[in-house]
Amino acid sequence: MNLTKSLTKSLTATFAAVCLLASVSAVQAGATLDAIKKNGFIKCGVSDGLPGFSYADEKGNYSGIDVDVCRAVAAAVFGDPKKVKFTPLTAKERLTALQSGEIDVLSRNTTWTSSRDSAQGMNFTGVTYYDGQGFLINKKLGVKSAKELDGATVCVQAGTTTELNLSDYFRAHKMKFTPISYDKSDESAKSLEAGRCDVLTSDQSQLYAQRIKLAKPDEFIVLPEVISKEPLGPVVRHGDDDWFDIVKWTLFVMVDAEELGVNSKNVEEMKKSANPDIKRLLGVEGGKGKDFGLANDWMAVVIAQVGNYGEIFDRNVGKDSPLKIERGLNALWTQGGLQYAPPVR
Amino acid sequence: MAKLHTPHPDLPPPANATGVPGWVRRNLLSSPLNITLTVLALYLLYVTLPPLLNWALFNATWTGETREACQTNGGACWVFIQVHFDQFMYGFYPEAQRWRVNSAALLLILGAAPLFAGRVPSKLKVRLGLGLLVIYPVIAFVLFKGGLFGLPAVDTRRWGGLLLTLVIAGAGMTAALPLGVLLALGRRSQMPAIQSLCVIFIELWRGVPLITVLFMSSVMLPLFLPEGMNFDKLLRALIGVALFQAAYMAEVVRGGLQAIPKGQFEAAAALGLGYWKIMALIVLPQALKLVIPGVVNTFIALFKDTSLVLIIGLFDLMNIVHNATTNPEWLGFSTEGYVFAAAVYWLFCFSMSRYSQNLEKRLHTGHKR
Repeated sequence: MNLTKSLTKSLTATFAAVCLLASVSAVQAGATLDAIKKNGFIKCGVSDGLPGFSYADEKGNYSGIDVDVCRAVAAAVFGDPKKVKFTPLTAKERLTALQSGEIDVLSRNTTWTSSRDSAQGMNFTGVTYYDGQGFLINKKLGVKSAKELDGATVCVQAGTTTELNLSDYFRAHKMKFTPISYDKSDESAKSLEAGRCDVLTSDQSQLYAQRIKLAKPDEFIVLPEVISKEPLGPVVRHGDDDWFDIVKWTLFVMVDAEELGVNSKNVEEMKKSANPDIKRLLGVEGGKGKDFGLANDWMAVVIAQVGNYGEIFDRNVGKDSPLKIERGLNALWTQGGLQYAPPVR
Repeated sequence: MAKLHTPHPDLPPPANATGVPGWVRRNLLSSPLNITLTVLALYLLYVTLPPLLNWALFNATWTGETREACQTNGGACWVFIQVHFDQFMYGFYPEAQRWRVNSAALLLILGAAPLFAGRVPSKLKVRLGLGLLVIYPVIAFVLFKGGLFGLPAVDTRRWGGLLLTLVIAGAGMTAALPLGVLLALGRRSQMPAIQSLCVIFIELWRGVPLITVLFMSSVMLPLFLPEGMNFDKLLRALIGVALFQAAYMAEVVRGGLQAIPKGQFEAAAALGLGYWKIMALIVLPQALKLVIPGVVNTFIALFKDTSLVLIIGLFDLMNIVHNATTNPEWLGFSTEGYVFAAAVYWLFCFSMSRYSQNLEKRLHTGHKR
């Protein structure tokens, strides 16, 4: 025990010495906001390429829901959504990058689970996208529900929780299936098209992306059943509550703005509104900036520069994007969905 | 008067033994087995070549701006490559700063050209070569990274594409060869401390897969560091690749050192040369010449191994092609992307292999039987 401890200590010391020679950027725990203000930008971890969520196009410009969340946080802190540095991370790297201070906020389609929230030292700030595993199937087979899939051949990506959920679902419903595992989503889409499997399973957000790859997307439908819960959201380090509040409330503000009908185009007019909820949201009445250590009108700036939740959804994954995903669970609570934010007051 | 014998002028060889027919008879149709193999090969070509050519050339779409231009016929969509070409070359390097990458490339070509020319005196070549090895990396680094001499800084996370592949491969090669030579000499040293250190280093790095080294550098290393202390992800990967390759290079060079007869060492020592002079003037020139194929083999392997950095989220050529194939505006062109990447990798590896053969021929001093 002692030996391991001293070994770790000396290792750490060696690495520290090495690092003094390399470029060092110091971030103290508990003072994330101060460090960010000193740096002049937010370090945001995104995915290494998932269209609709975070994706760098041929010009190197990032876009997606996850990217817009980081931009919104930058707008909240600096009043400028461009003050973000994006770090593409693989699924395995993401937690370490957050723990080690390489990034300030992880916005990388990460599923909120109990072990991540507790044992792995992270804090989920909310849900930007309610995802779940679904099925993509050829219309010709005439299947209307996943419960009719007994005996089906299912294409699935190897080594993912998708595979486990799939066998759980079929076992629970006492149905048989033959899985065909693929490494890459490209291969499974081609396989479905060629008829090697009857149905393709993946997270619903992925299924829509898969569908536009097919030669005749209209011949395929996504079945209504969702067989797992995948709430995706931004994450911050455990232990800095001030920073946690800022990221969390940036999300809430965007959802509240949609509910109150405030968007990036009408935000200036709305400042004249008589509705007290809107007045508080836009900082016209009651100083809500000081509590967060931010400018008084930061909520208005977020909405003006990035948009409300509905705008972000529509332009990245919804009706104005190639993915054309329906709002579904991600509609506001007033419209039958799950997006609900506490009031600003 | 007796008739004088004049020899008949030489007849040309029979028509079917020379030229194309002769070559075909000798090489393709010399035995029943050969005939069968030839027919089989022709059949295979007949089956595979026309569809391939149709796909890659005749039915392919070459011009256009958008995905819609490619929906007409079943051929390849090279527009996909054309649109993403800059990204494949520079990654996310800012467009306004790309001249820096170009000028670094031009400098390398201009600097290296005399090395390939025949007439340049060899002393100059050695100086130029050493200069390229020592000074060029510094110049290139300053150009790429910026932040000095009024060049705006470009973060390494924006480096990508072929640029990043070449940076990793180049840095790996320039660091691995000298380090490998030192390690090989160390492993053959008489001094037990140095020898065991070198053996441990080589066996440790050679005993783990490169993917583990990269993973360690990007996922484990930050956990050992005090919180908030970070250094560049690319730098961590570069150090990992260089140390890994040095271990391999050391064993290649050691193979060459072992092939040098003992008499060479003894003769050099008898002339009164010290250790470093023996090595630098007598042994290493001979040993390194012997191991050119092994060294180039390692370099080629390294060049292809650079694509493994995709597991730590660096956008090298391979990863950036993969990234482009998931672009929602351009879905369904992964074949074109991967064919392009394969062609680029092949071009570089094949050039390296040709250069090494050329080098062997030029350095050939009669040891070959």
